[in-house]
This record gives sequence, structure tokens and C-alpha cells, in this order.
Amino acid sequence: MPDPAGDALLDVRALDARYGDFQALFDVSISVGRREVVAIIGANGAGKSTLLKCVAGLMPARRDAIVFDGAPIGDLPAHRIVARGIALVPEGRRLFPSLSVEENLLIGGQLGRPGFWTLARIYELFPALAVRARLPSTALSGGEQQMAALGRALMANPTLLLCDEISLGLAPIVIRDIYARLPAIVAQGTSLVIVEQDIAQALAAAARVYCLQEGRVAFAGAARDATREAVAAAYFGT
Amino acid sequence: MEWTNTIVQGVLTGGLYAMFAAGLSLIFGVMRLVNIAHGDFIVLAAYLALVVTETLGLDPLVSLVIVIPLMAAIGYALQRGLLNRTLGDDLLPPLLVTFGLSVIIQNGLLELFTADSRRLQAGALEVASFEVARGVSIGVLPLLQFVAAVAVIGALQALFYRTAFGRAFRATSDDPAVARLVGLDNAHVFGLAMALSLAVVALAGVLLAVRANFDPAIGPARLIFGFEAVIIGGLGNLWGTLAGGIVLGVAQAIGAKLDPGWQLLAGHLAFLLVLAVKPEGLFPRIRA
Amino acid sequence: MSVPPFQVRFFDRGGEIALAGVAALVVALACAPWWAGRDQLYLLEEIFAYVALASLWNLLAGYAGLVSVGQQAYVGLGAYALFGLAILADVPPLWAIAGAGVIGAIAAVPVAALVFRLRGHYFAIGTWVVAEVFRLLASQISALGGGSGTSLPAGIVIAIAPTRTMREFVIYWIALALVAAIIGLILLLLRSRYGLALTAIRDNELAARSNGVDVARVKFVVYVFTACGTALVGALIFLQKLRISPDAAFSVNDWTAFVIFITVIGGIGRIEGPIVGTIVFFALRQALADRGALYLLMLGAVAIVVMLKAPKGIWGVVVDRLGWQIFPLRRRVVYPSRPDTSAGSRK
Repeated sequence: MPDPAGDALLDVRALDARYGDFQALFDVSISVGRREVVAIIGANGAGKSTLLKCVAGLMPARRDAIVFDGAPIGDLPAHRIVARGIALVPEGRRLFPSLSVEENLLIGGQLGRPGFWTLARIYELFPALAVRARLPSTALSGGEQQMAALGRALMANPTLLLCDEISLGLAPIVIRDIYARLPAIVAQGTSLVIVEQDIAQALAAAARVYCLQEGRVAFAGAARDATREAVAAAYFGT
Repeated sequence: MEWTNTIVQGVLTGGLYAMFAAGLSLIFGVMRLVNIAHGDFIVLAAYLALVVTETLGLDPLVSLVIVIPLMAAIGYALQRGLLNRTLGDDLLPPLLVTFGLSVIIQNGLLELFTADSRRLQAGALEVASFEVARGVSIGVLPLLQFVAAVAVIGALQALFYRTAFGRAFRATSDDPAVARLVGLDNAHVFGLAMALSLAVVALAGVLLAVRANFDPAIGPARLIFGFEAVIIGGLGNLWGTLAGGIVLGVAQAIGAKLDPGWQLLAGHLAFLLVLAVKPEGLFPRIRA
Repeated sequence: MSVPPFQVRFFDRGGEIALAGVAALVVALACAPWWAGRDQLYLLEEIFAYVALASLWNLLAGYAGLVSVGQQAYVGLGAYALFGLAILADVPPLWAIAGAGVIGAIAAVPVAALVFRLRGHYFAIGTWVVAEVFRLLASQISALGGGSGTSLPAGIVIAIAPTRTMREFVIYWIALALVAAIIGLILLLLRSRYGLALTAIRDNELAARSNGVDVARVKFVVYVFTACGTALVGALIFLQKLRISPDAAFSVNDWTAFVIFITVIGGIGRIEGPIVGTIVFFALRQALADRGALYLLMLGAVAIVVMLKAPKGIWGVVVDRLGWQIFPLRRRVVYPSRPDTSAGSRK
């Protein structure tokens, strides 16, 4: 149930992806509109992270398989894709251990893309980071690290923010806390793609949802249409 | 007094060794690469300065204005054209390629300049010295080299820890894949790191050439001195490298005082001693 | 579900033919004193020496992952041990060769204890430093000529064999026997459990360790074995030259640069590699004759190109394209009760 192609911010068309001999994505098509929140769910190994990596340029793709803001970007290297306005919050946070919290945020903005998000505004969004600004990033708790990783990606002022399993390993209350900030991000004009194993949270936050199963899109629709039966069917391929 | 003089000379020489080491340490820190041809690049810089001073009639220290940017450009081109392809988990390719480079540079210089010993003339500066205390005199040139070494290391520290540039180096060193996610072009960052390393090498090479005779074959020994300074001082710590260079310089000076043939041996033995007793070095930085 | 009885076999049809060829070659080489002239015998000895040194370095770096650029330490040590034993301790020269090997092995123990504290590139340079230390110490031994070296006294030269011709034959046969023994021992080592351990280490050290392989011990044994072999070759090389000096005995170019380039060009991590590499090396030398520095420069450039374009070396390319192996090392599991489906078991 994709949006009409002309209106979409991100348009992924018939994307294939391989790790050596192993094919991880088969003919995947999704789309993300402007100021929209889209969730991608699926079991482990379904290809969710692979999809994000392809969009972010960390994995190779056909040039026209990924169209962003009208331009084909499938074959661009990752560092150019950031310049176009797509930022990825990678799985596992992956802050830079040699850098302090503040330095992690600053380096997120090193391309100097203009926009709403500045260091001061990131600190307003995540006050806990302001307190710990000078600490090494390794000294943060899991939730704080996730906020820092989000902040780092936001500093690039992306039009599209890709979030890879931001709830992984975090306590429910922390997860709710982080998800509570997402609307503020969308309000500033950024679309979100949320890859999640926490289905409830994903469906609550997103307008539309795709479910991947073994590298294929098994379900695509509005979040409110994603009943438990439909999701289970798509998730497990029954 | 004689021994004080010896030790002072050793300390000053140690500064030069620390400069040899700084470029080596930088590269290893940013991209886990050890450039076996490092010493040969120092010698290459010396010969470049020789050509520049002879054709343009410049003073050696003035020739730095040309030699440093030239070597930096060579470093950038080398990294992007050749060495970037060797980076990865396997340590054999970069080691073998830089080893091959070492052989190529040495023999290329041999073909072009013959094995004759050369020296850069710095005029009055070479023999100028002043007395600091009775019987202890310090040469102006060695002092200049030491001050230059301290300045270089200070500048590198500032660069790494206080600038956006340095942030980019540290981030790329931590996690090259994620560095791309913030817009850093790994190939370019590595190229800049090598350019910086060879710029330091250029300075070290010219200072060496003014102070002592050089010929195409002395490269490997400079690599070894730099390497020993890094290990003695401790990995990951530039000030430690300065200390390591000083320890090495002093050990060599003491050895030479006891018997001229023992100079190099004394340095190596100091290194082996540190390796045996405190393998992580005298001032190791605990890396995250 | 029980596993049917199986055997591990090393040979296949092609391998048996190739091995027969090798045997014939060895016999032909053993007869060389009768069909080859003096210069050709010297050339063959040089070839044997480099094949031996390259095979040993290949074992160390290609299999055990210990990339050393300091093996010249043991070449020189072996040479100086030989001269020392023969001149200063009156040991008959041929026995002194064996003594040199023993001394090499013994010296390797404390050296390993030191350099194993370093990793990767730093290990490599550390081995170089050790070689430099050996060289400097050797120049301090005035009884053996100090910095300028010395020649083997006539009396000792005679003790090798009564006539010059006999002497040349004896040294030639020892050289042939030594390189054959070294390759044979390496082959046996790789076919044994140690060999499996080494291949595991080469492929993935962490995985090997977690499977119970005592990595440190295997590396140590390989290091000492290689040192011993290298010392033996070094002793023989300088026995043949009849003269020694620190710079010649511990030359980085002669005993490390050439050896490394030979192994890389021929094919690292395969037994046939060093042999192929040595042939290429000597062919290039014949072609470029006396151009000293230019020759080394070319060799360095070729090694770089090979490393970037064909990292498995010439033999590696041959194996990939044609699937040959001369020395039987690939293990195949064969079930006698089932038909031999060997086509799919290349590994």
C-alpha cells in the first residue's frame, strides 16, 4: 500500500541485498512520506537492519533502487548520503569511545548542514546529556547512550532519520522516555523510519508499518490496521 | 661534569628520536598501520631538501617551506593511491607493501644519488653553542631540534584533542564504519593522517640532515629508533613518546661515552630491558 | 545416528603423479655433481638455500602468523656459531653445522620470550631490533674479526674433505639434504595435529583458541623450529663462502628482503609457494644480471603489485584456477563403504 511515488520522501523500489552468497533482501519496496513515521518490524534475521544499511549507503544497492527526494541515491557511498539528508542511528548505539559525549554530538554535526538542531537544542531535548557532556561516552548508561546516539544523528539535521532498534537492551521506562521525544523530532520536519523488535511501541509511534519476513515485505499498511492476527501472520509467515 | 654533558646531549638527541616516533605513532593510532618505510621517508626528505637547497640556493631550514608541503602531498597521494588498499584485518599486506616501499626508496635513492655520504650546510648555526654551566655546553642546533620536537608533539596533541580535525581522526580510528555515518570519508581522513605524518617526517628529516651525515641506507635505523621510542614511552601517548625518545637518547649517549662502539647497542639494550620488565611502556595510556 | 567408518586421505590421482615427479627431480639433483659444472653447483646451492629460508619463513609467517622481518638474526647466528665452533672450539666443521642449529634453537627461546610481548607490526620491527643487536654483538667479537670479519683458516677448510672437488661435492650434498629435510619436516609438521592447529590459527586465531588449541605453545614451537632451521642454513651458506662478516651475515636485504619477496611472489601459506618464488627470483636475476640496486627495486615493485593484485601469489593463482597441489596436504574424508565422491570435497 505504498504512497504515490511522486509524493514520497523516500522510495525504495525492488531492492535486493546480499552478503556474499547469502541473499538478505528480495524485491523489497517501501516508501516514506514527508513528516511521516514508518515502522519496520519482523523477526531476527528478517532483513530490517539490512534495509536500513542499504538506505544509509553502508551496503551496495542498484542506483535507482533507492530514490530520495526525487534523486536516485542507491549507489552513493555512506558519507555522501549523510550530506543529502539521511542519518542513521546504528544498531547498538556505537558511540565513539575515544570521544566525550559532547564530542560525539559535535562530530555528528561536522558536515555543517543547516537546520533546527544545534548542540544547545539537543541538550534541551535530552537534558541528561548536558549534565554528562564532558564525560567519556563509555561512562553513560544504556538509555543515555541511546539518547546520545540519537542526538549525534540529529546534529546532521537530517530530513530522514533511520532508527535501528533503539529499544534494544533498555528498560521499558527508558524506552518510553525516548519514544516520548520522537514527536518533537518529527515536528521539526524530519521523517522517521523505526526498526523495532518491540512491536507495541513501534505500532504506537508509527502511522504506517511494514513487516519483513525472510527478506520480503509480508505486510504493508496503516498501523491501526495491523491487528494481532495480521502481524503474527506476517511475522511468522503462516 | 662530563657525565652531565653526556646526559644533556642524550636528552637533546632524544628530542629528534621523539620526532621520528611521532609520525609513526600517529599513523598507528589512526589506522593501525605501521609504515616500515617510515625511516626511508625521513631520508627521502633529507634528499629532497638537498635538491632544493642546491638548485635554489636556499638555506636548509628555509627549504622546509617547500619540503614539508611536498612530503605532505606525497603522503596523501601514497595513502589514497596505494596504502588504503592494504588496510584491513590482515597485517601482512600493509607490512609487505611498506617493506617493499622501503626497498624501492632506498634503492631508488641509491641509483639517483649514489651511496656517498651527504650533509646539509646550515652555516654558522651548525657549530654555534653556548655554555649553561661550567663544562656543560649546549649546541644551538641540538637545542633547536629539541624545542622543535616538543613543539611538534604539543601541536599534535592540541590538534588531536582540541580541534574538529582531531575529532575526525579519533572517530575514524575508533570506528571507521560509523565515522562514515557522520559524513566522514575514510579514504580522505586516512590520506590526511598520512600527509600529517610525512609533514612531521619532513621536519625530522631536514633537522637530521643538518645535524649528521646521511646516505640512502640509514633509513631502517631511524625507523628502529622511532619504534623503540614509542615502545619505551608507551603506546597511545605522545608525551610518553617524548620521554621514550629521551630515555633512548640518554642510553645511547651513556653507551657511547663508555665505548664508541657501544652506542647503538646501549640503546637497543635499554629497549629490550623495558620490553622485558615493563612491556606496556613507561607511560602507557589506557585505551578505551 | 552413527558415523560410518572413514579415512582421511591426502592423495588424489594428480597428486600422486606430481609427487613421483618430485622424487625423480630429487634423484636428478643428487646426481648433479656428475652432470653439472662448478658454477652450476654454486647456483644450485644458492637456490636450495633460498628455498629453505623461504619455506621456513613461510611456515613462520604464512602458517603461524608470526610475520618476522628479523630472521637474518638466525642466519648470522648460525654462521657465527659455525665459525666460532670451528675456529675457537676446534669442532670439525661438519659437526659444527649441527652445533649451529642447536645454538640457533637455544637462542630462540629467550628471544621468543621477549618479542612475543609485541603484537603484529610491532612484533615485526621487534624481531628486526633483535637482529640488529645480534649484528652489533657479533662486531664486538674480536676473535672472529670484529667489524670486518674473518676467513675460515686453511686447516679447517681441509678438514671438510681432502680435495677441493670432494669439498664442493660434500657441501652440495649437505645443502640438498638440508633443503629436502626442511621441506620434508615442514610437510610432516603440517600433516600432523600441529599442522591442523596451525591452519586453524592461520584462518582464525580466536576461534582456534576457543577450540582448545594452545596457540601460544604452537607459535613458540614453530618459532624455535624455524630458528633452528634458519641457523643451519646460515651456517652452511657461510661454510660455502669460507668468509664471514657481520654485515654480510646479518644482511637484511639478502636474508629477509629477498626471502620475503620470494615467498610473497611465489605464494604465502602454501608449501609450493617458496619454490615457485625462488625460481622466479633467480630467473629475474639472470635476466637483469648485474644491475644491483635496480634489481632490488624491481623486486620490491613486483612484490607490491603481487600483494595487491594476487595476494595468494603465483602458486595461489595456479591452485585457484587449476586445483593442483604437488605436496599432498589437503585432507579429504573418504568413506570406504560409499563411492568416492571426491569432486565436491576440495578444501
